[in-house]
Amino acid sequence: MAASRPSTLLRNLNAKIAAIPMILTALVVFTGGTIWTVAYSFTKSGLLPRWNFVGLDQYERLWGSRRWMVSIENLFIYGACMLVFSFVIGFILAALMDQKIRFENTFRTIILYPFALSFIVTGLVWQWLLNPDLGIASVIRAMGWESFDFDPLYNAQIAIYGVLIAGLWQGTGLIMVLMLAGLRGIDQDIWKASRVDGIPAWKTYIFIIIPMMRPIFITTLVIVASGIVKVYDLIVAQTGGGPGIATEMPAKYVYDYMFGGQNLGQGFAASTMMLLAVLIVVIPWAMLEFGGKKRG
Amino acid sequence: MKKLTILSATTALTLAGGAYAADLEVTHWWTSGGEAAAVAELAKALNEKTEHNWVDGAIAGSGGTARPIMISRITGGDPMAATQFNHGRQAEELVEAGLMRDLTDIAEANNWREVINPPSLLDACTVDGKVYCAPLNIHSWQWLWLSHKAYEDAGIPVPTNWDEFVAAAPKLEEAGKVPMAMGQQGWQQSGAFNVMIISLLPKEIYLSVYQDKDAEVAAGPEVARIFKAAADARAMSADSNVQDWNQATNMVITGQAGGQIMGDWAQGEFQVAGMTAGEDYTCLPGLGVNQTLQAGGDAFYFPVLSDDEATEAQGELAQLLLTPEVQVAFNLKKGSLPVRGDVDLDAANDCMKKGLEILASGDSLPDVNQLISSDTRTQIEELFVEFFADSSITPEDAQARFADIIGDAD
Repeated sequence: MAASRPSTLLRNLNAKIAAIPMILTALVVFTGGTIWTVAYSFTKSGLLPRWNFVGLDQYERLWGSRRWMVSIENLFIYGACMLVFSFVIGFILAALMDQKIRFENTFRTIILYPFALSFIVTGLVWQWLLNPDLGIASVIRAMGWESFDFDPLYNAQIAIYGVLIAGLWQGTGLIMVLMLAGLRGIDQDIWKASRVDGIPAWKTYIFIIIPMMRPIFITTLVIVASGIVKVYDLIVAQTGGGPGIATEMPAKYVYDYMFGGQNLGQGFAASTMMLLAVLIVVIPWAMLEFGGKKRG
Repeated sequence: MKKLTILSATTALTLAGGAYAADLEVTHWWTSGGEAAAVAELAKALNEKTEHNWVDGAIAGSGGTARPIMISRITGGDPMAATQFNHGRQAEELVEAGLMRDLTDIAEANNWREVINPPSLLDACTVDGKVYCAPLNIHSWQWLWLSHKAYEDAGIPVPTNWDEFVAAAPKLEEAGKVPMAMGQQGWQQSGAFNVMIISLLPKEIYLSVYQDKDAEVAAGPEVARIFKAAADARAMSADSNVQDWNQATNMVITGQAGGQIMGDWAQGEFQVAGMTAGEDYTCLPGLGVNQTLQAGGDAFYFPVLSDDEATEAQGELAQLLLTPEVQVAFNLKKGSLPVRGDVDLDAANDCMKKGLEILASGDSLPDVNQLISSDTRTQIEELFVEFFADSSITPEDAQARFADIIGDAD
């Protein structure tokens, strides 16, 4: 009777000890750093953090700033288009790839290759390609279409779509590979059954295969969405935020004010707003996904 | 036993070599042709005159890119031995936080107070009576560079002031030239605007806007005229699709563009291209209107280091920068003016001599960097980068936003 049950704290002790560094990192670096940043966003910190509280001043200035509004608008356009197009194109490519075609490996490699390049390289390459004097536009003009005009990066109204083209070119390959993995995970019997029932292939995809791929879609969504919120290097390399401020993004605003403008308070306020935006998306999703009764 | 001999031999050698040779890493953003040639002079002086080594830490992409990197390294505990800043308020908080080395003893030993002219340059290095930086050169922004070739091709005489420059624009366009070259970066565009304020208006206006931060003056009718002039500049530079200032200067050098508003550092580029002032190009201080120059410039700051020997070497570098020989060698290549009033600049060309005369007459104003914080500067740059890229923004709207920024400035 004396042998009491080992306390739950000591159960699986090795695993718990092994997890300590990660727990500390999560608590101190992520959570602690986040709380610190939010707290200092209410101060008038310049180049170095200083605790002189100014309430919501930084936020008032932030939302009164035209550049921030343009950045938010750009993030919205870029984000929405990126999500829709990369999913649609990625899925279509994956579906085509799944037709037991010849040289699948070759095609897969070619399409995935851009993902091996950094955003900096991608940005530079597309800056050149979209330059009217030496890129696509000049090639087509040299072929005889004299009046052809395509210079998105020099037109403030559509410059953000020039960035989007580069983003899609770089990122779609990864989406395709993820989707392809999802498609390969579908039991072949499902296809056989649908063929026996005489259902057209496109209907099978939309009503049977896609719903079955829900977990893959969610993983992909998280990867793409986090890539969108933090987009920075692509802008810096491709347009530098220009022409004017037409392709500014929130992450660049944060960096420019924290370091270039020597105004940490403003940068912290902007990054707090970015965090808030992420939370607004993540919390409802997490509640749907993990909260309540599991579906299926 | 053998090892021990080698060891003691090496020790003896080191001792014989005298003082410790330190590697001094110096960061700066001087990367264009003329600038690189000037930096090479500094490196040569350090390598030859002391036993220390110059480790070049050039950071490409203008001050806006370079400063954050420098500041992160200093605040992050990985300081370089010396770094360039435009003196004034850019390094203000680093000094206040005690991250910069106090150079007062070196300044006193070498009589910086007496030799540096104009004295406002040393004042900009001084915080609470202590000197924290070594001024290196004087740069002024108020120059209009004109290409003789472009005007010859268009068959019109080279303008002698801003109004003629604007009036000549249509003729240049007919001849297929860009009337005005302008790099599409905020610092160049807001810089050109500040040049117009100083050159086209009485200097009291500049001081009440930037020194007293008077929002009413900034919203007033005089400044409105400057915004109109900026809109002219925007129209004239609409076809100049370049980013860096030296690319824009190159358009003037090759005669593709009529002119460019740029500081006297552009001089170095003309020199590298082998051009002669007065024959191949013309420089108009104060846009040919007001003969007033802003005396800003570059200075070297020396972060506090933990290594005593490196600190010693830092001091030697600071001292070296202000010696007459280095001042002359560096500034001739750079196209800037020496900070010492007592050096001989016979080798200087026409443009530099014009600048020296104006400075000697005492007609100089403090640089924008000495008056406004980096935060305000960033906001103004942002306004102009947008203004120059988007012709739908009216001068009135831009002025209203400018006045708001000045009203909020600290």
